[in-house]
Amino acid sequence: MAKRIDVKDLNIFYGKFHAVDRVTLAVPPRSVTAFIGPSGCGKSTVLRSLNRMHEVTPGARVEGKVLLDGEDIYASAVDPVEVRRTIGMVFQRPNPFPTMSIRDNVVAGLRLGGMRNKKQLDEIAERSLRGANLWAEVSDRLDKPGGSLSGGQQQRLCIARAIAVQPDVLLMDEPCSALDPISTLAIEDLIGELKKDYTIVIVTHNMQQAARVSDQTAFFNLHGVGQPGRLVEIDDTEKIFSNPGQQATEDYISGRFG
Amino acid sequence: MTTTASTLDRPATPPAFQAVSGSRKIKNMVATVLVVLAFLIALVPLVWLLISVIARGYQALLSSDWWTHSLKGVLPKEFAGGAYHAIIGTLLQTIVCAVIAVPVGVLAAIYLVEYGRGRLARVTTFMVDILSGVPSIVAALFIYALFLSTFGLGQSAFAVSMALVLLMLPVVVRSTEEMLRLVPQELREASYALGVPKWKTIVRIVLPTALSGVVTGVMLAMARVMGETAPVLVLVGYSKSINFNIFDGNMTSLPLLIYSELNNPNPAGQLRVWGAALTLIILIMLFNLVAALVSRFSAIKTK
Repeated sequence: MAKRIDVKDLNIFYGKFHAVDRVTLAVPPRSVTAFIGPSGCGKSTVLRSLNRMHEVTPGARVEGKVLLDGEDIYASAVDPVEVRRTIGMVFQRPNPFPTMSIRDNVVAGLRLGGMRNKKQLDEIAERSLRGANLWAEVSDRLDKPGGSLSGGQQQRLCIARAIAVQPDVLLMDEPCSALDPISTLAIEDLIGELKKDYTIVIVTHNMQQAARVSDQTAFFNLHGVGQPGRLVEIDDTEKIFSNPGQQATEDYISGRFG
Repeated sequence: MTTTASTLDRPATPPAFQAVSGSRKIKNMVATVLVVLAFLIALVPLVWLLISVIARGYQALLSSDWWTHSLKGVLPKEFAGGAYHAIIGTLLQTIVCAVIAVPVGVLAAIYLVEYGRGRLARVTTFMVDILSGVPSIVAALFIYALFLSTFGLGQSAFAVSMALVLLMLPVVVRSTEEMLRLVPQELREASYALGVPKWKTIVRIVLPTALSGVVTGVMLAMARVMGETAPVLVLVGYSKSINFNIFDGNMTSLPLLIYSELNNPNPAGQLRVWGAALTLIILIMLFNLVAALVSRFSAIKTK
């Protein structure tokens, strides 16, 4: 559980377009790292390249290395399906499987992976829902469709689904951007608890959120439209928000951007 | 000095909202009348057709022999026998067609939506488009040339089914393709992010989500080919008796029964024509009904 990630000289391309330029960063285990920066700066792209999700987009490719506890996930012998089983992901918009009940949604990864033991699946469903702070709200209606929940509950359902397969790392792509402040608070509290067991990387547009939940913060920026995004700096969250090393970072976090 | 009440009551500034102007009322009325008229005109031939088919054919359907007997040994002028052989023929030919066309069509659609990139996908889409424009008589002639002239096989219901496959395939591919494209990319990504391989994502996530629409499309396509007449005229012979063997012998279907009884000048023949027409309409209606029920029960629930 909870492995470290080292990104070395990562370049990401969509076809001929150079989307992200030479990113190098390290994410220690059992910590929360926030990616912040303006739209189009490549933070989501970098996040998706950490579990080879960006490959789903036709024409996308990377150069460079992403090491999970020292092992390159882009080595030619590595199966991307295995990578995604080890590095889970929560998306911007809650996306429970519409044909499945709440319980089936949570254990979908395990069931589709071939686990049949019903008792064991039920146990994991309960544990994961408790882990996502959703058990109390749904324990009496586990057989109802996942789509019957509210947006905030659906997002916690998706987090429960992601942690049910017991990944080593959890990637979150703006997990609160579609939620109201109360649901956002619930998710933020949850991130604080999940940190004990998982390595978490979160992309957010909300700088207060980055300041509240993360241990270290990475600021991404781009020179202009059509230019590749790049990592401006990464440091302890406290330092980034109080005394950043780069002028661009200070401009961005103080709202004097652009 | 006389001042009328209306000038006394007049407000200093005119009200912001005023009554609907007369010319707009008239335009509105004219448009309403035109739309309702067009609707009624469109409805007339439909209702007329239904009424005349029902009025002339219902008597044939009332006899229990109609649903249980063939026309074997029945004289042209005799009010006897039934359409059992033709109903069996229509159902057999349609089902054999569906058994071949549905798997091929659904898999082709999956290829186009989930895997198809580049030239092969474009060629497939183009071919499907061309195929969907092929008239049924051309499909029948093609199968005639292939099965009967080239392979030297005899006329058979199977040849009819193959011609129907040519007609059904593009409909199934197109409707399935549309339904699969409606499944949000986010669901596929959610499944990949759980470490589920692509084929399993398609089988367990994408297909179940699109199932209701796919089944509806298939049922409607079946209803559509059920009444096709050209293939049965070209590819199989008429028979008065029941035949369950699709590979051998003559097999009557409802369109073929109608066509053959048209040559029968007796009142009994006329009744069989309209009875068979009504039976065909009822069968197609049943398929549409089943399609509606299936789509309701397999639809995604949110409560």
